[in-house]
Amino acid sequence: MTASFDVHRIRQDFPVLMQTIGSKPLVYLDNAATSQKPQVVIDVIRRYYAEINANVHRGVHTLSQKATAAYEEARLKVKSFINAPSERQIIFTRGTTDGINLVVHCYGRQHIGAGDEIIISAMEHHSNIVPWQMLCEEKGATLRIIPMNERGELEIEAYKQLFSERTQFVSLVHISNSLGTVNPIETMIQIAHQHGVPVLIDGAQAVPHAPVDVQALDCDFYAFSGHKMFAATGIGVLYGKADLLERMPPYQGGGDMILSVSFDKTIYNEIPHKFEAGTPHISGVISLGAAIDYLNQIGRVAAMEYENALLDYATAQLADIPRVNLIGTAREKASIISFTIDEVHPHDIGTLLDMESIAIRAGHHCTQPVMQWFQIPATARASFAFYNTYEEVDRLVQAIHKVIEVFHHG
Amino acid sequence: MDEYRELYQQIILDHNKNPRNFTTIDPSTHHAEGYNPLCGDHYTIFMNVEGDVIRKVGFQGNGCAISKASASVMTTLLKGKTIAEAEHLLELFHDVVMGKQELPSDDDDDPALDKIRAFVGVRDFPVRVKCATLPWHAAKAALHEADQVSTE
Ligand SMILES: Cc1ncc(COP(=O)(O)O)c(C=O)c1O
Repeated sequence: MTASFDVHRIRQDFPVLMQTIGSKPLVYLDNAATSQKPQVVIDVIRRYYAEINANVHRGVHTLSQKATAAYEEARLKVKSFINAPSERQIIFTRGTTDGINLVVHCYGRQHIGAGDEIIISAMEHHSNIVPWQMLCEEKGATLRIIPMNERGELEIEAYKQLFSERTQFVSLVHISNSLGTVNPIETMIQIAHQHGVPVLIDGAQAVPHAPVDVQALDCDFYAFSGHKMFAATGIGVLYGKADLLERMPPYQGGGDMILSVSFDKTIYNEIPHKFEAGTPHISGVISLGAAIDYLNQIGRVAAMEYENALLDYATAQLADIPRVNLIGTAREKASIISFTIDEVHPHDIGTLLDMESIAIRAGHHCTQPVMQWFQIPATARASFAFYNTYEEVDRLVQAIHKVIEVFHHG
Repeated sequence: MDEYRELYQQIILDHNKNPRNFTTIDPSTHHAEGYNPLCGDHYTIFMNVEGDVIRKVGFQGNGCAISKASASVMTTLLKGKTIAEAEHLLELFHDVVMGKQELPSDDDDDPALDKIRAFVGVRDFPVRVKCATLPWHAAKAALHEADQVSTE
């Protein structure tokens, strides 16, 4: 454990974590679904509505100017947070799903045609499968799938073989939400670029866990969600390379995305506003800025190191329990342990753990192809954040022993 | 461990571990699938009906302990019943699990009611109610000759 990381002090910042469910303190291990919010994020949302609330980019009055300033200041924070070259490349979306759909709609539909190929991986979230499938259906294009091995690691040699002259796009998950695998995306992006193919990275699970530098990665697009990184739901970010964004048509038409409108001709606004039609989720954007400040203040690297150590501890404990099978044993992993128990359905595991006030997720995690690959209907998944403790892992382990007791000896 | 027992009663654990009539019936006069896309529970119910009487019942499929035990218990209850009696049981089970109807008291020692009583605890777990009712919906569909039901 990192000495500089005081998890018990950090936990005080998250009011949700302070409660008991039934008679036992809540153990929240469903962070991959959504994270909890620190008090500073909750406060900034309350303060926005109590003190500032006004529309952005359209008023001369004081409150509108304040709201606009806070909104655009958050954009600057996001820019530094992922080391984007310019805040013009930060588009606010509803979340990762929305960001991917934006790229499919505004880039994919322009550049992908009949007979073309799009590469995705075997471990994508449905949100990085279905929009591409819809595009393929519309255009007569084909999806090519990067296979994985039994540890849940992508096969890089096979990936290289998937490229052809018809390859137009690669879309890849950074950290798998059902297996915890950290993909070698830097190498994979380089490989795609050698073929002149742009790459979108789904960073929904990566951004909450580790520092991300979009310039070092050299990705063309990077999408993530606010609610998984300690901010509000309904807000997300799409980063894109400026030359690509500038050449893309708008996403939706409406207010804010235009410079001038007449019935003869409409001139679109500059990036990023071209992609942000309508009144945005102002409080959400501001909450995202507050979450970034919070992460910077606790120390991103210290938080990540603590979380990694916790994952190692939990993995070792679970691997030791007879009848427990870990699903996803990649050498590079983060924050997530998926598991099954012999002859116990994951939903029964979920219900029994809930009786112990332990929140985990049971199901296919919106990655049905991963379940099909492992030939299982579902997994139980414990996913960690830096506010989880070693004691909570111990409670999880005890509760799993109880599950086995009930089902195998009950 | 008592809290578990409210939901995972001995009958449920037992039928989950050793499901009764866990077999395909081929040929069958009636069959239907039940599928819950949310959690992936998936069963097929088979019946052989002669005249008005259900002679054989079997099921196949996969899912959580609640759904599997429910399917297993159901097959034991439906076997030998007339269609009208079966319809009545299907209705009763559904209403009891949904909390719309109370069962007669414990000391009425009808073994069928005792088996249904084992599922009363499901009421307190709203997300699990569908697990319990899925096989019963499928049985109803089989009797009415619909091929598939989905509880979503
Ligand atoms: C890897 C991954 N991609 C995409 C998503 C979709 O994110 P959202 O629902 O916030 O749009 C998730 C969230 O479950 C995820 O884990």
